[in-house]
Amino acid sequence: MSEAAAHPPVHHHTAPTGFIRKYVFSVDHKVIGLQYYGLALLAVFIGMVLSWLMRLHLGWATLPIPGLEKLSPAGAPGNVMTPEYYLSLMTMHGTIMVFFVLTTAPFAGFGNYFLPIQVGAADMAFPRMNMMSFWVTFAAFLVLMAAFFVPGGPPLSGWTAYAPLSAVGQEAGPGQGMGQTLWAVSIAIFCVGQLLGSLNFIATTLDLRTKGMSLARLPFSTWAWFITSVIGLLAFAVLLPACILLFLDRVAGTSFFIPSGLVVSDRMMPHNGGSPLLWQHLFWFFGHPEVYIAILPAIGIISHILPAFLRKPLLGPRVLISCIAGIGFLSYMVWGHHMFVSGMNPFSALLFSVPTLVITIPATIATLLWIGSVYGSRLRFTTASLFCLGFISVFITGGISGFFLAQPSIDTYLHATYFVVAHFHFVMAVAAIFGMFAGTYFWMPKMIGRMMNETLGKIHFWLTFVGVYCIFMPMHYLGLAGNIRRYAAFTDDYLVPLIPTHQFITIAALATGAAQLIFFYNLVWTRFRGPKAPDNPWEATSLEWSTTSPPPFDNFGGRQMVVHHDAYLYGVEGAAADYVMQTSPEAVKSPS
Amino acid sequence: MGKAFGAVLVVITLISTAFFVFHGQLYWLPEDASAHGHGIDHQLMETMLGSGFLFVLSQIVLGLFVWQAAGRKEGWKPKTFPGGPKPMVIAAIVLVGVEILTLSFVGSKVWAAVYLAPASPQALHIDVQAGQFAFYFRYAGADGQFGGLHPDKIDEGSGNFFGLDPRNDVAARDDVVVASLTIPVNRPILLTLHSKDVIHSFYVRELRIHQDIVPGLMIPMHFTATRTGKFEIVCTQLCGLGHYQMKAYLEVLPEDQFDQWLKQQEAQQ
Amino acid sequence: MSDMEMSAGAGGHAGVMEESPFAIPSGKLAMWCFVLSDAVTFSAVLFAYGYLRVGSADWSTPFQFVPSVLNGLVMTFVLLTSGLTMLAAVEAAKAGRTAAGTRWLWATCALGALFAGMHLMEWRHMIEEGWRMFQNPLGGSVHFGAAFFSITGLHLLHVLGGVVALAVIALGFPSGKYNRIDVEITGIYWHFVDLVWMFVFPLVYLMNAK
Repeated sequence: MSEAAAHPPVHHHTAPTGFIRKYVFSVDHKVIGLQYYGLALLAVFIGMVLSWLMRLHLGWATLPIPGLEKLSPAGAPGNVMTPEYYLSLMTMHGTIMVFFVLTTAPFAGFGNYFLPIQVGAADMAFPRMNMMSFWVTFAAFLVLMAAFFVPGGPPLSGWTAYAPLSAVGQEAGPGQGMGQTLWAVSIAIFCVGQLLGSLNFIATTLDLRTKGMSLARLPFSTWAWFITSVIGLLAFAVLLPACILLFLDRVAGTSFFIPSGLVVSDRMMPHNGGSPLLWQHLFWFFGHPEVYIAILPAIGIISHILPAFLRKPLLGPRVLISCIAGIGFLSYMVWGHHMFVSGMNPFSALLFSVPTLVITIPATIATLLWIGSVYGSRLRFTTASLFCLGFISVFITGGISGFFLAQPSIDTYLHATYFVVAHFHFVMAVAAIFGMFAGTYFWMPKMIGRMMNETLGKIHFWLTFVGVYCIFMPMHYLGLAGNIRRYAAFTDDYLVPLIPTHQFITIAALATGAAQLIFFYNLVWTRFRGPKAPDNPWEATSLEWSTTSPPPFDNFGGRQMVVHHDAYLYGVEGAAADYVMQTSPEAVKSPS
Repeated sequence: MGKAFGAVLVVITLISTAFFVFHGQLYWLPEDASAHGHGIDHQLMETMLGSGFLFVLSQIVLGLFVWQAAGRKEGWKPKTFPGGPKPMVIAAIVLVGVEILTLSFVGSKVWAAVYLAPASPQALHIDVQAGQFAFYFRYAGADGQFGGLHPDKIDEGSGNFFGLDPRNDVAARDDVVVASLTIPVNRPILLTLHSKDVIHSFYVRELRIHQDIVPGLMIPMHFTATRTGKFEIVCTQLCGLGHYQMKAYLEVLPEDQFDQWLKQQEAQQ
Repeated sequence: MSDMEMSAGAGGHAGVMEESPFAIPSGKLAMWCFVLSDAVTFSAVLFAYGYLRVGSADWSTPFQFVPSVLNGLVMTFVLLTSGLTMLAAVEAAKAGRTAAGTRWLWATCALGALFAGMHLMEWRHMIEEGWRMFQNPLGGSVHFGAAFFSITGLHLLHVLGGVVALAVIALGFPSGKYNRIDVEITGIYWHFVDLVWMFVFPLVYLMNAK
């Protein structure tokens, strides 16, 4: 019996009825995508509020913050944040943002919604497993949130949860009891959800492409989601056992990460012969690919959106895809650059430094391709395109600071300073979030059938773009001064003169945070008052614009889509319009 | 809108760069006080110049192209960048590649001098213990021998931070234990770093030294201070609620003053 | 019915979709991806074991040939045999011999359950001797117990999962609820579990033999 390429059943069942089947336990990838997006919105709001609390404390350490004592009587007696509560809020801020915002929205959110449509399929390859992956992720979120409400509160070991601090338990500090255990369980559950999602993305991209949609014709966003899911498949596979081993150290008396002879809070620990560095190796082997999981979908999204507003294709599309793949591949070889001064063999620092620096090359090529694409264009300035341009700028800034940290000798000075905080916030908190914003303003009309308010959008962009530079650029200067991170307050002699800079950053953060409320308001406004969106408001070419806004249950209304062209035929010579849709039967010469 | 983007981008770039250039004392490294630090400072300066140039160039070019794009009328026929993607690929590989090779080659020498070279045999050996939330320092005393460490004997209340056993251990009897680090100038120092509970880190900005202190490991770190003064040693690895306060002072004294200080300490044991 | 028709459903959309670069049904592709990911998970745990073992000065090697290594060899033989019965099940399923396929599935399931049972008995024996994840009755490194129970425990979890899956497929195969592709997919998983054991057995048992 031959095994030809088999095609999974096309969904012949009718659209679901009833609120639960339609909006809660839905197998429709579009609903699931919106559920992930909604989860990410909730998470980013919580994470942002946490950052406001953190920044207020850093600027004014003795400031009473109204209502804080209600949230945690032990953490904020008299509404003044204790140092341990600062660290707990910081830990939750990082954990929520990295996992439930940056891994969720650009990848699981937009990816779930648009990957099947962009390949021309009626749904993901495994719709029920897709539904499960969302609810597993949601369960992970609830477990994490529970850490706020248990005795001792949330853990204080940072999103990186270094052992032995994270492993020995209660004695190490407040929050290190139940809070840390819930953290480990939550992240382990999250890994499972991500794994299930990756399986779906990979199978759908490879197997469910409609006729004519060769791999070369896939939009950049689909390529990015596909490569990200391959990375995730292997990265989360390491975080899962790491969290399980951490959990065992905490509850089963093992000593994977805890050496012998520790005295914590005057108590001799019974553990034996474990290695704190083992946790770091396992964590960062996941952790570094994770940050590329956070940025690659955003890279794919802005690369997808830009051509529609440049009205010309990007320079070197195949080169760009190779760069995305190259970055993904190299991401597995660099984890030790988080550990230069960790006590691991110093010779390995030199080894890890090389691929870390080499990753600069594909990232630079991609950046130059974007900048070179803007050359000679007539840009349509919409909120979506502005966020794409803003992305390029902040990606440059964030990437360049990485260049410093990649060198072990310089990292000797800059390790654990605000220079590092500046670097990862620029690439993750700013660039990846800009990708999320660009995606939202671009795709919201398709997702809910209404146009967003462009005036509010542009105000949001400008305030945010200037705001993030005001927040994060000064952190480089603080880092050069040796300002150490994860400090709840600045009492060292050399830090006191830097406090006014922190206060400036805090004000910028609060103002930029307030500007995000414009975005949230715009979402609500759009849902209820936004003008109806046409099928193709941006005159764009990919498959999502060949269907209604929003798409019907099976994406294309029973039609079998046939693809004739590459994804970015804008400004083609001799074409009827300045764009040719992928599904258009018009015969044009594809510019190569 | 596009012109505004270009203009704002240029303004942001220039202001940001200005703070890097006109950093004053506030936004910069303190004056180097170590024998090896000039290598690190040089590396940093080279990177700053190279990256700074690329940062300014790329942001301004982006801003320029956007400005130009904004000025074009309806019906404009898009133009492709001359040469297509090839110049980009070549520029990235050549420019970045050359920078990487140079910096790696030079930087590895700097790194090796600190972390891979052995300490001088004449180094003054000092034992350092980190714990939540203080550093303690131990000198070998007149006998030149360090007493053994017994974690079960650690008793902060009575000042036995290291868990020494002077009753049964002769070598421990004259060990000098202090809460701040005092060293002679221009003499090689070898620290042995260990932790009694969780991971901490030892960082002195002026000495350009940085090393995590990992429980279960005894990590050597050597350096030579080249000017006298009082500096701060701060913990840089999150270790709990007192992390932000965990610090000790480092005093670098002229040789004779140090010898005097040490004699005084030894007499007190 | 050909595989393509079988999994394309009544609509039969052959010829209107792009060829997948991997000419296998999506379910099989997904299982291969899962196996790849799970292999990385096991590798991480084995890496942790190696890291700690190399760093331990007092590693115990408590496994006598009788009973431990011998028991391990028998367990290996049982699991390998279940791999053969799994192959037979897949072949029978592909040839359309449903009844035979179902019998071979049950045989695999039974052998897997036997393996699990022998394993649990071995665990009980070790626990009786004083071994725990945090305790070594011979006074050597506690990581022996930690590594042993966590690695074999993770593997055992996968075996038990496979046993359940095999039972479910075996129950649904005769009625056509599950088809030959589902049998193949289960086969991929089961062979993976077998393969992992072929690493676990030498690394955990043979390397710790007296």
